[in-house]
Amino acid sequence: MSPDLLKLIFGRLGIDSLPLHEPILVGTFAVVALGGVTLLAGLTYFRLWGYLWREWFTSVDHKRIGVMYMVLGIVMLLRGFADALMMRAQQAMAFGGSEGFLPAHHYDQVFTAHGVIMIFFVAMPLVTGLMNFVVPLQIGARDVSFPFLNNFSFWMTVGGAVLVMLSLFIGEFARTGWLAYPPLSNIGYSPDVGVDYYIWGLQVAGVGTTLSGINLICTIVKLRCPGMTMMRMPVFTWTSLCTNILIVASFPVLTVVLALLSLDRYVGTNFFTNDFGGSPMMYVNLIWIWGHPEVYILVLPAFGIFSEVTSTFSGKRLFGYTSMVYATVVITILSYLVWLHHFFTMGSGASVNSFFGITTMIISIPTGAKMFNWLFTMYRGRIRYELPMLWTIAFMLTFVIGGMTGVLLAVPPADFVLHNSLFLIAHFHNVIIGGVVFGAFAGINYWFPKAFGFRLDPFWGKCSFWFWVTGFYMAFMPLYVLGLMGVTRRLRVFDDPSLQIWFVIAAIGAGLVFLGILSMLMQFAVSFLKREQLKDVTGDPWDARTLEWATSSPPPDYNFAFTPVVHDNDAWWDMKKRGYQRPLTGFKPIHMPSSTGTGIILAGFATAMGFGLIWYMWWLAALSFIAMLAVGIGHTFNYHRDFDIPADDVIRTEDARTKLLAGAK
Amino acid sequence: MSTDTHAAGAHDHHHDDGHAHSTFSGYMLGFVLSVVLTAIPFWLVMSGTLPSKQITALVIMAFAVVQIVVHMIYFLHMNTKSENGWSMMALIFTIVMVVIALSGSLWVMNHLNSNMMPIHEMTGMK
Amino acid sequence: MTVAVNPTQTGEPVFYLADEHPHPEGYSTSLGFWIYLMSDCLIFAMLFAAFGVLGANYAAGPAPKDLFDLDLVAVNTSMLLLSSITYGFAMLTMQQNKVAQTQMWLLITGLFGAAFIGIELTEFAHMIHEGATPQRSAFLSAFFTLVGTHGLHVSCGLIWLVTLMVQVWKFGLIEANRRRLMCLSMFWHFLDVVWIGVFTFVYLLGVLR
Repeated sequence: MSPDLLKLIFGRLGIDSLPLHEPILVGTFAVVALGGVTLLAGLTYFRLWGYLWREWFTSVDHKRIGVMYMVLGIVMLLRGFADALMMRAQQAMAFGGSEGFLPAHHYDQVFTAHGVIMIFFVAMPLVTGLMNFVVPLQIGARDVSFPFLNNFSFWMTVGGAVLVMLSLFIGEFARTGWLAYPPLSNIGYSPDVGVDYYIWGLQVAGVGTTLSGINLICTIVKLRCPGMTMMRMPVFTWTSLCTNILIVASFPVLTVVLALLSLDRYVGTNFFTNDFGGSPMMYVNLIWIWGHPEVYILVLPAFGIFSEVTSTFSGKRLFGYTSMVYATVVITILSYLVWLHHFFTMGSGASVNSFFGITTMIISIPTGAKMFNWLFTMYRGRIRYELPMLWTIAFMLTFVIGGMTGVLLAVPPADFVLHNSLFLIAHFHNVIIGGVVFGAFAGINYWFPKAFGFRLDPFWGKCSFWFWVTGFYMAFMPLYVLGLMGVTRRLRVFDDPSLQIWFVIAAIGAGLVFLGILSMLMQFAVSFLKREQLKDVTGDPWDARTLEWATSSPPPDYNFAFTPVVHDNDAWWDMKKRGYQRPLTGFKPIHMPSSTGTGIILAGFATAMGFGLIWYMWWLAALSFIAMLAVGIGHTFNYHRDFDIPADDVIRTEDARTKLLAGAK
Repeated sequence: MSTDTHAAGAHDHHHDDGHAHSTFSGYMLGFVLSVVLTAIPFWLVMSGTLPSKQITALVIMAFAVVQIVVHMIYFLHMNTKSENGWSMMALIFTIVMVVIALSGSLWVMNHLNSNMMPIHEMTGMK
Repeated sequence: MTVAVNPTQTGEPVFYLADEHPHPEGYSTSLGFWIYLMSDCLIFAMLFAAFGVLGANYAAGPAPKDLFDLDLVAVNTSMLLLSSITYGFAMLTMQQNKVAQTQMWLLITGLFGAAFIGIELTEFAHMIHEGATPQRSAFLSAFFTLVGTHGLHVSCGLIWLVTLMVQVWKFGLIEANRRRLMCLSMFWHFLDVVWIGVFTFVYLLGVLR
């Protein structure tokens, strides 16, 4: 075939785009391919495809979608953590003339991919998954406001993750750092596909995130059960509301910034170029207007989880509910006023820097208020040290350290010294691992029995917990030291041999965290095998306080046979205390949304369009776009999107539960 | 907070809709107002009636703000009651965000330019 | 209060609704769509920010004064304003359940919208022909992107309008279609609001500069 025709069909994609010359990647590919083939063969052998498609992929049930988000987050955690291990190993080795084992070209991709994956495809799915699963149950609703959109949002997130994963084996990923600052990320300095993978991966996933944000806001505002006023909402629902407000108010900013960068790259405009009037610093300014709220998007739901866990396992009502809510709202608004602290060194001058330094320090006030509320909730409580509570305590200790180093960094003169040093790296891992990751794990251990009907094994859970916590401290405390000694981030080789010991300690810490992750996987496997022993029959294994524990574990498709009526903050606690009797008769048909495959199809086309744009396969991009439009419009011609669960089915489900409950007594 | 409980009830979707109240006179009033509010700024700029550019700029920006409010009320039917006030809340929140992001960006970038572009400054002084 | 949350006569608190009605279809739609519009508003705000910061960087290229034809912009603005009021008429006739008239007003709205897009494209073509391309300077990049994004939204609105006209023609003014027309109405008027910002900050202030 003529080269012109090849170029027309494959764009930039050629045999040389495959990383055949990199043994690490070929090895990874072999392992992934083997694992993938085994998985696919297993699914085919056990005839699970139909089941997965009908019951999960096309499901609009918020619980199923929530679980799928969690699975995505945990799978991507393995990838992101593999990158982390490689970086730690490289930095521990590359001393005294050694180049380590990663060439620069590869190392730069690894640290970029690590950041992007951990934020967008681990932390975000874990947080979104928990919100999706829990919020409708907590507010006594049957599903979210827009169930189809929920399914579509999930698959768009998967589409973004798929694009990022593809970059491992087809072409390469960005070598720019996780925020892809221009001019480095512009076409002149990054002419290959890496940055394009970055852009389209995030754009596709970003659509999903924004839509799911709108969806959850509407759900919380419109679908609360009778009696649940705003000030009777569980704290996790409150933090979810604020998080989703932040999502809707900040992800459009990311969309615009990335769109402008892609215009620069694809069309040759001059937004962020060095000449023709462009300003690379405008990119930095704009992306942090999204970037700072993003960290609160991640951490607010974690705060909510800790609030639920603390009050449940202390056996007490949450201390200072009102102040907790106001602190959350204040953080929501303040998170918009601090973005410049990420680039004090840009040179905006004293007045700008002091404004943003002060606003940053102010944020620690509501956060501190929350910390005291948790402490006072525990004070004189009968604390049960179950897994969720252990993670919560580890969070409280760790997050305070991270918060204080954050306040240090908020002082502009100090930041001029510490900017882009390993001190910063240690700081944000301290708050993100200590806050978001510990929060997600607390949430997983807390709500797992609700989702699957059996508790997680405590022994392996505790192994995971101790490996994680000790590993975290060993991995990141040395980085504070190194940062104070002036070591900057993203370095591949080092000259000063006295630094090596700290990097070795950090690498050992990362190894311990690896054991923590393995223990967690072990915990899932062991719990599944011991599911009869760990079974939760009551639906309320922790003697908890909020509405999601009022229904069975796992909840029926319709969540509640009758919509609950709420009289108190801790609605389920109130019901238990006042002798609530589960209704046994009078069941009616329940109106529910139907499953649809449109979401996965649309997201598939969006992913294909992204792939076409990345590789300049214009025909693929155009065709996928047209297909997306056609399927989308076609979907609006379907006016029958709901069905009724017949009363008989409801009676059967509820009677089965009645029998179970009687057996448990 | 009883209104919130009420919203969670089932019968009342007609009340919190707020879009059912549009009338012919409302639309016409909005249209006439916006025509006037569009025409005056165009005329001011095209004819250069006002003495200085600063004043003209301020005046047309004021007209834009007024016209946006007119559109909000007469075309988008904004009021404090629709969706139990949540629409208005969302709008106010968005306006705050827009103001922060817009004015913040301009402020930050202007300071950057005046601090970090000495060469440009010097050529300006010549 | 439609819901009995208070204790019943026997003094027993009510913990669930024995007799409930599901939320009507589209119960959350107008709020959800409004929130979407707010997020879209932020997209435009960021484009305005980019224009505000970069809009004076002509890179020794053409400035607004050399490029903008305010007569044309005035005509274009009137197209959009007229389409707004005709969409309003479509909503009014929809409330009176007059299918044919609704369709007629929708068609007229669509024609005004198409005229707006046509004029905008002519303007763009003229500028590019004169060498004022989006690649010429940061000012022109920001100008084309901001105005172009608005135009893209109007174009999406037109596709949506046509889709809805087909749906009204096939299924009549059923509840679902009324809801959709209402959403498009919000979208259309929202774009009008954005245009107020565009003609004021980009065109009028640009020419003043």
